[in-house]
Amino acid sequence: MTFDGSRYVSNAVKALPPSGIRKFFDLAAQMENVISLGVGEPDFITPWHIIESSFYSAERGHTSYTSNLGLLELRQAISDYLEAKHGVGYDPTNEVLVTTGVSEALDVAIRTLVSPGDEVIVIEPCYVSYKACVLLAGGTPVIVDTHVDNGFRVTAEDIASRLSDRTKAIVLSYPNNPTGAVMDCATLQRIAELAKERDLIVISDEIYSELTYEGTHTCIAALPGMRERTVLLNGFSKAYAMTGWRIGYACGNKHIIGGMMKIHQYTMLCAPIIAQKAAIEALRYGEEAKQRMVAEYDQRRRFIVERLNAIGLTCFEPTGAFYAFPSIAASGMTSEEFCNELLREQSVAVVPGNAFGACGEGFVRCSYAASLQEISEAVTRMERFLADHAR
Amino acid sequence: MREDILRILDENDQVDPATIATMLGATEDEVRATIAELEKSKAIVKYHALVNWEKVNDDLVQALIDVKVSPQRDVGFDQIAERIYRFPEVKSVYLMSGAYDLSVAVQGKSLKDVASFVATKLATLDHVLSTTTHFILRKYKEEGVILDDKAELKRLVVSP
Repeated sequence: MTFDGSRYVSNAVKALPPSGIRKFFDLAAQMENVISLGVGEPDFITPWHIIESSFYSAERGHTSYTSNLGLLELRQAISDYLEAKHGVGYDPTNEVLVTTGVSEALDVAIRTLVSPGDEVIVIEPCYVSYKACVLLAGGTPVIVDTHVDNGFRVTAEDIASRLSDRTKAIVLSYPNNPTGAVMDCATLQRIAELAKERDLIVISDEIYSELTYEGTHTCIAALPGMRERTVLLNGFSKAYAMTGWRIGYACGNKHIIGGMMKIHQYTMLCAPIIAQKAAIEALRYGEEAKQRMVAEYDQRRRFIVERLNAIGLTCFEPTGAFYAFPSIAASGMTSEEFCNELLREQSVAVVPGNAFGACGEGFVRCSYAASLQEISEAVTRMERFLADHAR
Repeated sequence: MREDILRILDENDQVDPATIATMLGATEDEVRATIAELEKSKAIVKYHALVNWEKVNDDLVQALIDVKVSPQRDVGFDQIAERIYRFPEVKSVYLMSGAYDLSVAVQGKSLKDVASFVATKLATLDHVLSTTTHFILRKYKEEGVILDDKAELKRLVVSP
């Protein structure tokens, strides 16, 4: 009798839908010479001073475990940065947890907060992990859709209409992947009021906060009464082009961070020290390199939005992250048809909007973390693609 | 806006004014006018391709020459610098602080070619006191660009 491994996979994991991106990735990976606007990471290499400094530490023997919470020096630097940037400081001894990317911080935060049966508000379209993490924790994700007519922003009313007695938390992720939407301060204030009134925790994934092109980013934890109520997640991947280092952090109330630390110590022990050293260097000396990258994304953003609109893929103006999220209504196709055919016929990879939630249907995510030449060529090919299918 | 335009063109002079205008949220006319002004004031000196000659011609030789000179009354180093930079073999001339006065980059078809230029043209100029010639063996980075092909970013084609 042959061994059937699938019999041993738990029902919870079996029930988990595979990421919509995964399917598309397998398809794209088989093709050659693809121009990709499908990548959710910077096209820059980590600034050399960060690599050099981290490797130097390793050479001097900094290759051990660290405190479960992370190096105190890094936690202090994170606290100082948040205080200076957003006016919200944390006690580095018990309110900051360094994690293996924001991905881990998110999982640990949800597992710390959610008991079986609890409901968590997830605002779509959004990054693929939120719903899955809630399900894995035995919770129930309650989806709130956002739409292009409101710039893919969520309102307090949208959230209020989906609350129940079991609602425990709201996951916010602005600037948003995949839409590039950002939240205005006034709307966030109303959401903060709602959270206080209904006694909810806000898990705020602000990994793209540094990539805000117009106005300044409002950190919800900095709003009155929200510091205790918010689990603030952020990291180094996007702002400093450090995706591969896997380094993020969570800040919040000491009891919640303490709970998160328990899971973290049993499952991860600590974030890699080499990456923690790199993160310290990034916070100390990375400002200039970061600003240079942000300025460049901003130029590409303007370029891609104008080009997409010009070829008939209507695109609302994204003011954060590095994604444009045009409507593909002009093509008459579904998001998946559009992406599959575009890849097959023109060798251009973009990601179907429905991979980020059902309300992303009819849109595609185009990352502008690619060179100007690549963006330009990709959009030209998309124009050709639309012309071919217009007939 | 001037500095933004210069930064874009410094990186890639093939980007057309309409694209630059879009990238900066300006009008094409504004960009064209600014570029014209920058060209006129010689802030933009010329448009050129950065060529890695080692890829096409193994024999080309470049040398950096430390030149000690005696400055002249009224004109200082300017006159002797001019006498040197007017030679087409000379790629660049910098006035330096420190152990010598002028740093002169010279390109020639062969080692002999460069040596002969130094011996017959450069060292014999009035006011040149001494020269020290360093031949360049390999260029790793030029004008901010790493010439090594292996430094390439490898990302997944699609990622969340």
